[in-house]
Amino acid sequence: MSAPLAPAASGTFEPPDRPLTAKIKPGQGPVSIDDYEKAGGYQAARKALSEMAPAAVTQFVKDANLRGRGGAGFPTGVKWSLVPMGPEAARPKYLVVNADEMEPGTFKDRLLLEGDPHLLIEGVILAAYAIEASISYIFLRGEYTDAERILRRALAEARAKGYLGKGIFGSGFDLELHLHASGGRYICGEETALLNALEGKRATPRAKPPFPQISGLFGKPTIVNNVETLCNLPGILHYGIDWFKGLSRTPNGGTKMFGVSGKVKRPGLWELPMGVTLGEVLLELAGGPKEGLGWRGVIPGGASTDFLLPEHVELQLDFDTVGKAGSRMGTGTMILLDDQTCPVGMVHNLMQFFAQESCGWCTPCREGLPWARDVLGAIEAGQGLAKDLDRLQKQVKFLGPGLTFCALAPGAMSPLGSALKYFRDDFEQHLREKRCPFRH
Amino acid sequence: MTVLTKNLVLTKNLVLPENFSDALRHEIEHEAGLYERPQAACIDALLIVQRHLGWVSDSSIAEIGRLLDMSADAVDSVATFYNGIYRRPVGRHVIRLCSSISCWVCGYDQLRDSLSQKLGVPLGGTTADRRFTLLPIQCLGACDHAPTLMIGDDLHHDVTPEQVDELLARYPAPAEERS
Repeated sequence: MSAPLAPAASGTFEPPDRPLTAKIKPGQGPVSIDDYEKAGGYQAARKALSEMAPAAVTQFVKDANLRGRGGAGFPTGVKWSLVPMGPEAARPKYLVVNADEMEPGTFKDRLLLEGDPHLLIEGVILAAYAIEASISYIFLRGEYTDAERILRRALAEARAKGYLGKGIFGSGFDLELHLHASGGRYICGEETALLNALEGKRATPRAKPPFPQISGLFGKPTIVNNVETLCNLPGILHYGIDWFKGLSRTPNGGTKMFGVSGKVKRPGLWELPMGVTLGEVLLELAGGPKEGLGWRGVIPGGASTDFLLPEHVELQLDFDTVGKAGSRMGTGTMILLDDQTCPVGMVHNLMQFFAQESCGWCTPCREGLPWARDVLGAIEAGQGLAKDLDRLQKQVKFLGPGLTFCALAPGAMSPLGSALKYFRDDFEQHLREKRCPFRH
Repeated sequence: MTVLTKNLVLTKNLVLPENFSDALRHEIEHEAGLYERPQAACIDALLIVQRHLGWVSDSSIAEIGRLLDMSADAVDSVATFYNGIYRRPVGRHVIRLCSSISCWVCGYDQLRDSLSQKLGVPLGGTTADRRFTLLPIQCLGACDHAPTLMIGDDLHHDVTPEQVDELLARYPAPAEERS
């Protein structure tokens, strides 16, 4: 079967401009399976399973240029296309949902999990079908207890309707979907560490190659996708590539969950076109800093992204544009640095997180992050030494990309390196005055 | 040093498997059936035991090992890796106080001090009546409502130091609950 030129057409439903959150009504609990279906839910999966070959679904997602919403932005269809297909491929193949939201400052997947669980389940069916996976796991943050309860109920509803299990939608496709609540460790968000955790082991990252597509969970072909990524699939298959691309203001298609936390007037989370500007999110929707405060910067996409500055307000938020400004869009949930909060203290708090969450597997990360944390702590406590800034600068270099086993330590260096660049005067003032100037 | 090693060996030899209830054992066996290898359910098993018994003792470790065909040391190496698995007894209600960035910016220090003072224990401590254990936790993913904490399975957000008394009062002491 060849790829259809048009998407699985549905007929009566107006294409939404906020496909991820359109059905969610805040304060009214999760979307039920009935309401989900009344709004056109499960039609994309029904159509795809009966009318499209698995490879055609992958090609469709590739052509839509959906990029992974977990933070790295890798093209989802390209990721899938590396999975061995056909009768010769090792089985069972696995589709794993990364719902281990734990990047400090990130609170986007929680809304999707708690608000519209069937959107995720439909996304899982589509992704699993595309790679011919017969078993799927949702790897859920253990602390997301509400999401766990909501998902377990939604899974039971989907099974009862025959949308999970044997011969889904009358096709020959079988899929089991299970939920695993994490024991809790940030490194589980790294996809190969996540696979070790799912195998019941310590969550240390694995060497690549082999990549999970070839040898993942239990040594079988495996895809790990983020919650928000999967939630994009029903819309793409339902309304098509042009619609998806048209949602965005830039060549990076679709919408994106954007959030703001910190001392702003209206902290919150919004589904917005990809390419919305930093200023629109931070100053208009979130209302800017609270009364009486100014702002000096923002960590744009979770703890492991470089600071951006007020001069970046016109910056369009998407994977490519934020990258060109020296940071990353990451998870799209930003944290404000207001002018009464100490940038050194902020980075110290982040480093405390990364040092604790290092899995300990590789030496630079295990030893280097506590050093960076302790040096920052000393500076913040007024006990910093003149040579400490050079020391920290060296850490940024030696824990950077390519020098550690995985991306945890380089991620930790992003806020530190950018803080040393943008807020150097604050570091020097701490050293000079032997105290934190923000504490009264 | 020799004495320490001796004691350690002695202690380990004395660890007898915990007698799990049938319900607990069945839950673990159910989870073990969801994976290609039963050992994959090790973390699920630890969390199940903790939900039933409050924490994971040495004897529970040994029993999980027996159920999943793993050595007790292998189970323990997994148990000690994860933040959410308690290898020491905890109070009836575990308070998980978010210490990550958004909560830190929005008043974590004051909330920590207030909780610590009311409970009379530092982070990591359990109250003398075993009612509460106070632990720091990494980002709880409710950053637009910082500062946040969990008590048991309940998430509380926008928590101010002034609300601490009222909040704690909602969670009964072990003895009160039994009566």
